[in-house]
Amino acid sequence: MYSRYARRYARLVTMPTSAPAALADVTASDSTLRRFLHGLPGVDAVGLEARAASLGTRSIKTTAKAYAIDLAISMVDLTTLEGADTPGKVRALGAKAVHPDPTDASTPSTAAVCVYPDMVAAAKAAVAGSGVKVASVATAFPAGRAALAVKLADVADAVAAGADEIDMVIDRGAFLAGDYMKVYDEITAVKEACGTSARLKVIFETGELSTYDNIRRASWLGMLAGADFIKTSTGKVAVNATPANTLLMLEAVRDFRAQTGVQVGVKPAGGIRTTKDAIKFLVLVNETVGADWLDNHWFRFGASSLLNDLLMQRQKLATGRYSGPDYVTVD
Amino acid sequence: MASAFEYAPAPESRSVVDIAPSYGLFIDGEFTEAADGKVFKTVSPSTEEVLSEVAQAGAEDVDRAVRAARKAFQKWSALPGAERAKYLFRIARIIQERSRELAVLETLDNGKPIKETRDADLPLVAAHFFYYAGWADKLDHAGFGANPRPLGVAGQVIPWNFPLLMLAWKIAPALATGNTVVLKPAETTPLSALFFADICRQAGLPKGVVNILPGYGDAGAALVAHPDVNKVAFTGSTAVGKEIARTVAGSRKKLTLELGGKGANIVFDDAPIDQAVEGIVNGIFFNQGQVCCAGSRLLVQESIQDELLDSLKRRLSTLRLGDPMDKNTDIGAINSAEQLARITSLVEQGEAQGAERWSPACELPAAGYWFAPTLFTNVTQAHTIARDEIFGPVLSVLTFRTPDEAVAKANNTPYGLSAGIWTEKGSRILAVANKLRAGVVWSNTFNKFDPTSPFGGYKESGFGREGGRHGLEAYLDV
Repeated sequence: MYSRYARRYARLVTMPTSAPAALADVTASDSTLRRFLHGLPGVDAVGLEARAASLGTRSIKTTAKAYAIDLAISMVDLTTLEGADTPGKVRALGAKAVHPDPTDASTPSTAAVCVYPDMVAAAKAAVAGSGVKVASVATAFPAGRAALAVKLADVADAVAAGADEIDMVIDRGAFLAGDYMKVYDEITAVKEACGTSARLKVIFETGELSTYDNIRRASWLGMLAGADFIKTSTGKVAVNATPANTLLMLEAVRDFRAQTGVQVGVKPAGGIRTTKDAIKFLVLVNETVGADWLDNHWFRFGASSLLNDLLMQRQKLATGRYSGPDYVTVD
Repeated sequence: MASAFEYAPAPESRSVVDIAPSYGLFIDGEFTEAADGKVFKTVSPSTEEVLSEVAQAGAEDVDRAVRAARKAFQKWSALPGAERAKYLFRIARIIQERSRELAVLETLDNGKPIKETRDADLPLVAAHFFYYAGWADKLDHAGFGANPRPLGVAGQVIPWNFPLLMLAWKIAPALATGNTVVLKPAETTPLSALFFADICRQAGLPKGVVNILPGYGDAGAALVAHPDVNKVAFTGSTAVGKEIARTVAGSRKKLTLELGGKGANIVFDDAPIDQAVEGIVNGIFFNQGQVCCAGSRLLVQESIQDELLDSLKRRLSTLRLGDPMDKNTDIGAINSAEQLARITSLVEQGEAQGAERWSPACELPAAGYWFAPTLFTNVTQAHTIARDEIFGPVLSVLTFRTPDEAVAKANNTPYGLSAGIWTEKGSRILAVANKLRAGVVWSNTFNKFDPTSPFGGYKESGFGREGGRHGLEAYLDV
């Protein structure tokens, strides 16, 4: 079984590297890559968290709040990643993504639904014709502890089933062991497997990388390897998206574009449950990278329960009173 | 491209504070008119609206207040420390309970953003009273020997940049050690001190222990010169500080001065750049740069100058200047027309001497006193803007090549209040900090304050320390 996949995907593994021309030398060898990543400016943890906290005090009211809520809804990757997922559950999720609030047709659709690879076909059918994308976590999500060939098969299955986006996990073990080239090669291989039809989101599992210096290095590593999006977390570990780690990743995509001209998206995932939290993240985007990223092509929220809170707050703004959980759909 | 995310106005409610049309002097526990009946107006710097009319203290009022403080001293100093602590704890709690009201008041009278009064000034004010309340019954263990004695009546003169916080820095240690006080707030920002007088009454503080005399420089001079004052504490300009030192010379008065500064913020090439940019912004634009310990000279290693300045300029373009009452405002109004004129004149000198001026695109409100965040590059040690304290949102950028040169340039000033070091290398932080002639050295941060930390200057930035255990010494006969 393993050898069959290995043969099938060998072509992809040996594809040439994809770092942008401006930084092509960086990935020439293990040591150049290592030197580059360790030469990135350090991150002062206290200062980073203080900046994230201070942006968290912005007061977003009335028209600004209405704009932010609709923008946030349009950026949600509505997610179900459970062992108990069924086609029925995925159909319901798809319907919710297309029409989040059945009582108000002016509510924007979410950006995508996010499912395991074997549910991609069901998800595709559920959102057909709506513009809502189907994202799929692949590469032995969430641990990523599988052979490369298995990961690539996972990706290929999802792409073949019609996934518009692939959310891969990096090999945190290799990263923490300092084997950056292995992580890089895996990402480029997955990128190749995505082909031209699927955009690639690279999940770092920031909670396992543990330090901000590591998160900055992982961000650059992912972007050098061709990530279309860099994503904080799987949502399956104790620490997921935080304002500070998302701010740091926004700084990374900002600096990467300044150096290479290539724009990369950011997706915080896990732990963002309330409208208040979501708006804080949008403020981070607005004041760190600006309007160019205030669009669901460049910024996403990986979340499941967030959407209903956004909908309740949206109803509150429209009607002046709070409705309650029975006035938004449970899916 | 997506449309911009515009923040709708988010003004803090003014209704939480009730400003009376007129206020008196606070002497011996009562509000009273000035002996000569003089009054002055206090305006809101962001709108030039008159907020209130305040009694203006003269020499006769100073004498009355000092006598009241002297009378109160005997009983107050004889109280057990634990009893004095109870009053201070009570004051601290009342400040916390009334913090929203006081934050709004301070923003109206001073012009600084509500974000700062709410998140910096008021929490620090309460923390200062809590901290010194804790010392009141532990003075035997403060390192000054057994049973250290208070000095008597303290005459205190404070500036307008942090009206209530400077009051706390002065009054909390004075009361904790058993002194009584006569305090003169600045003429442009008398209101929060008068609200504090009300808090003293609310806390049941014995009459005469705290006296507040709004007024001008003449009242301050009379207070400093009063023969029955035992201790003089002043925070303000170096010029006035020198005058005060001359006045008290030859007397038995104990003196502490906290004066101007021209703080160097040193950024090495291995600094955490994004956080350094935040620290630079916080160092010079916090409180519109009207901070004695502001990081007004940026010393950046030449090898990263361009990169750092690009980041800094991009960051300055996101600063939000405007209505100080709006919760999203980063930069408020300059405190007075006089201060605005001084900033403007120094900035003109900077341009005339050949430094390159830059400000982000920024619309200034029509009424009130405003100055856009400003950056000067091509600045050398010889420029006036690199030597004189501007006390406004104006940053002078200089470069250095080696750590030794950074230290030499940082120390090459008559001042010595604050400095900042930005590097990821711990050993360099320690080595450079040891060589800097500045009272406060921040590493990988700037403008961080805490009541437990002593604060004060070298050279023309003054002498004596406020805050921490060291701050007790200024009010004890040791």
